Amino acid sequence: MSVWSEWQDYLPAYLDGLSVTLKLTGVSLLVGLPLGVALSLALTAPAKAIRWPAVLVVEVGRGAPALVVLYFVYYGLPQLGLTWTSFVCATIALGFTTAAYTADIFRAGVNSIPVGHREAAQALGLSHWKELRLIVLPQAIRVVIPPLVGFCILLYQGTSLAYAVSVPELLSRAYSQASITYQFTTTLVLAGLVYAFVSLAAVALLRARWPRRSAARTDVAVPAGEPVPTAR
Amino acid sequence: MVEILSVLADGIAQTVQITLASFVVAAVLGLPLAVMRMADSWLIRLPAVLAVEILRAVPPIVWLFLVYFSLGSSDHVQLSTFQAAVIGLGLIYAAHLSEAYRAGLDAVPTGQWEAARALALPRYQSYRRVILPQTLMVVVPPMATFAIALLKDSAIASVIGATDITFQAVQLTQQDLNGLGNFAVAGLLYIALGLPFAALARGADRVLSRRLAGA
Repeated sequence: MSVWSEWQDYLPAYLDGLSVTLKLTGVSLLVGLPLGVALSLALTAPAKAIRWPAVLVVEVGRGAPALVVLYFVYYGLPQLGLTWTSFVCATIALGFTTAAYTADIFRAGVNSIPVGHREAAQALGLSHWKELRLIVLPQAIRVVIPPLVGFCILLYQGTSLAYAVSVPELLSRAYSQASITYQFTTTLVLAGLVYAFVSLAAVALLRARWPRRSAARTDVAVPAGEPVPTAR
Repeated sequence: MVEILSVLADGIAQTVQITLASFVVAAVLGLPLAVMRMADSWLIRLPAVLAVEILRAVPPIVWLFLVYFSLGSSDHVQLSTFQAAVIGLGLIYAAHLSEAYRAGLDAVPTGQWEAARALALPRYQSYRRVILPQTLMVVVPPMATFAIALLKDSAIASVIGATDITFQAVQLTQQDLNGLGNFAVAGLLYIALGLPFAALARGADRVLSRRLAGA
């Protein structure tokens, strides 16, 4: 049997898997993004009692492997009497990771706004909430979107970890095909192609919409990704 | 806590070995990839660009499966879980590190290239004597960040059966059903192992910004 006809046989199951993968990505974002915004606000809060727990959550969420977080939820929560499906467990774990990572992205976005703007808002007597809503967030969004899309692509790939707790997503479908046919190469290569196709399409979209800012070559070496230091 | 730690400790060596070995593979392969991507001829550029894009577009766990089950279980090649993990993660992170190298190369002022050309240094000599030494320091902070990411991704090796920290935690949990405790300790272990890299990144960052301020 040729590779093509094998792939034609696999494809329906793979597309079912892909839809689970995309669903998991979407739901994790729905859970994680609002939490990420809340965390980023907590990270910049004046009160230590609010700031420290947020720092802890972000450090743990970014410092521990997503797979370990996933196992923690999957194997740990039943101890507390919470037995959920593997899909829900994966959503909780990936949502938590999403929150931790995006909190940092949002914070960078908020920090990118010149201090003068916030001072001006305060001078005009705007409340803290209005300052955020009218001055800070509209400007921060623009800075935040490219790294956020980049994170979405990472998250999409990260959903493959849910294979380990037997969510029937794309990789699980490929592996179960492989365990029937023992054709590990053709089954896994097709899975890789499906993952790559969606990732690359998203990357292409990202680059078309937000072309990489071509760093003007100056005579000072500014490490890539580092904001130019400004007086504060 | 101590009991859990004593079991998980059996996996620390494996986790550290996978991380370090993959990092060496990535650091060695990443540099030529970066240099190739800056070549004048597209014949040299294209394969490097393709390799980097494809390596990054497929999830690490799929690469490990491909290396272990497909490449490493044929009649000619038999790979251990450790070898498969190092090859898979090493290749993925070579792609990531090539980006870090490229950013470092970009950070070298054009005048340095022009000076090297004015001195009629051949391309190889320009790289080795002029450009790369200036790149190294700039590259350290992002490299350390990638090392931490690699440490975390090394947990994926447990899925193909490498006996690392995560693997030990799964085994232990299947015996004592104490998932909360076991994986909390496992997570803390990874965070602790990442601290030296984080310190390295911060230290190098500080040196860099001092140099910037002095420039």
